[in-house]
Amino acid sequence: MLNRLTISELSARLIKREVSSREVTQACLDQIARVDGQIHAFISHDAADALAQADVADKAIAAGASSSQQPLLGIPVAVKDVLAVKNQPLNCGSKILGDFVSPYDATVIEKLKIAGAIVFGRLNMDEFAMGSSTENSAFGVTRNPWDTTRIPGGSSGGSAAAVAADEAIATLGTDTGGSIRQPAALCGCVGLKPTYGRVSRYGLVAFASSLDQIGPFTKDVRDCATMLNVIGGHDRRDSTSVAHAVPDYTKALDGNIKGLRLGLPKEYMIGGLDPEVKAAVDAAVKQLQSLGASVEEISLPHTEYAAATYYIIAPAEASANLARFDGIRYCARVNGADPIELYSKTRGAGFGPEVKRRIILGTYVLSSGYYDAYYLRAQKVRTLIRQDFLKAFENVDAIITPTTPTAAFKIGEKSDDPLQMYLSDVFTISCNLAGICGVSIPCGFTKSPKLPIGLQLLGKPFGEETMLKIAHAYEQSTVWHREKPAL
Amino acid sequence: MAAGDFNVKYVAHLARLALTPEEEIKLGAQLGNIIGFVEQLKSVDVSNVEPTAHAVPTVNVTRADEIRPSLPHDEAMRNAPAKSGGLFVVPKIVE
Repeated sequence: MLNRLTISELSARLIKREVSSREVTQACLDQIARVDGQIHAFISHDAADALAQADVADKAIAAGASSSQQPLLGIPVAVKDVLAVKNQPLNCGSKILGDFVSPYDATVIEKLKIAGAIVFGRLNMDEFAMGSSTENSAFGVTRNPWDTTRIPGGSSGGSAAAVAADEAIATLGTDTGGSIRQPAALCGCVGLKPTYGRVSRYGLVAFASSLDQIGPFTKDVRDCATMLNVIGGHDRRDSTSVAHAVPDYTKALDGNIKGLRLGLPKEYMIGGLDPEVKAAVDAAVKQLQSLGASVEEISLPHTEYAAATYYIIAPAEASANLARFDGIRYCARVNGADPIELYSKTRGAGFGPEVKRRIILGTYVLSSGYYDAYYLRAQKVRTLIRQDFLKAFENVDAIITPTTPTAAFKIGEKSDDPLQMYLSDVFTISCNLAGICGVSIPCGFTKSPKLPIGLQLLGKPFGEETMLKIAHAYEQSTVWHREKPAL
Repeated sequence: MAAGDFNVKYVAHLARLALTPEEEIKLGAQLGNIIGFVEQLKSVDVSNVEPTAHAVPTVNVTRADEIRPSLPHDEAMRNAPAKSGGLFVVPKIVE
């Protein structure tokens, strides 16, 4: 069962040549063949190409390549269908892109390949990353490995489910308002949204450019740090990536959190928070205190406005970004008598309901006469939300919250009520608006049915080292991350 | 804002998005609700607050103006829905 192991466990065995990358990759492919009919984490995958990459990694290992230079050497890593991988399909969970094939690699994909990873598969997602359940994919629903009648979260539902179901050793997703942390919480894995600018967005199909970040899903915090070591850093092809040095994040994982200060925002303990989720988070807070951290109540006074701010800013940016899908240079074109009719028909036929909803909303809040009342005002409230966090971080090293108000909900439960769906992101949205980093780690299970619960840690801008140190210390003192779904 | 006040047809035209009559009705009602929800921002005092377009303060990012390799023409055109002679084919714009 090599597919059940972590990056660090596998790396040690690969380098000693106790196992081969081909065996590890085949174990993942076998698991996909066995369980993905139920889970549907993958839209597609090219088994022959994955095995060919594994053979290259095995040759490199035989020739003396080391994991200190190539930290992902021989490790199968699967990718959300919103990142460009050269010569592979790219659909963003939508039918509008037709048979699009990427002509180049995203920067994160280049970095994974240089690090020796076996980059394979197209992971399912809400169309254009718009959603919280992976029900908005044109390629069908992904199911939660813990209970296949439930959603895996979203928009990176395929990325979370693939790690939880041991179909890949690690995966990449993207997070615009919680799309990594929320599915990680609901599927019981580790999911990191890096600080805005930590990871290059080049080759990521943009949803909301000022909010989007790429990040990893892994089975433990150490693997998360290893993945961030690989994908982080400045990129001249993304002017919003920041030239901030990339430390070795695994070095911070020493288990010593004595004296670190954690903030518990009083605004997050709201009505609608499930009692079992609250109990798990309360227990995690006690656990962190017993490890030597101090915990104090803090206030983020503009929290209640985060969802409304997000649902103006994100659709506004999306309406501009998605203008490029017009049927001229790519897309499944629907012809019209003139270019405007061609655009309208192509977009009307190609986009699904949630994407249409957000394009209309975004176009509206940017339109003449409404810009100041909605978009500009939301940008100002965004400033207040960001200031709340920067002020809180003057007194605490990290902030601790539930990742989601409830465990995974049933497929179809919220799909007819977009506003209720939007409110399932209430704890994760502020992090993107403020541009800080956040991670979700497993912190328990509901009783019946048994569903994972996520603990969210929020860190200072470029404060991933401290945040991951705390996450790691907690994880290593608990057993939650070792639990596996029965598949 | 009442659902009926939301002119879906006009906004869909601005967005170059063809909608069926059924979609117009459904989207109108849903967006009326969502706009109603975001109206709560009107109660926040934003006087003397600067807008945030971007959370990381980076200003005037430039790079050296150097010639570097780019995608070969064929590769850049490979996903074109209609092409001819190395160009994208589009409907007639000018008579």
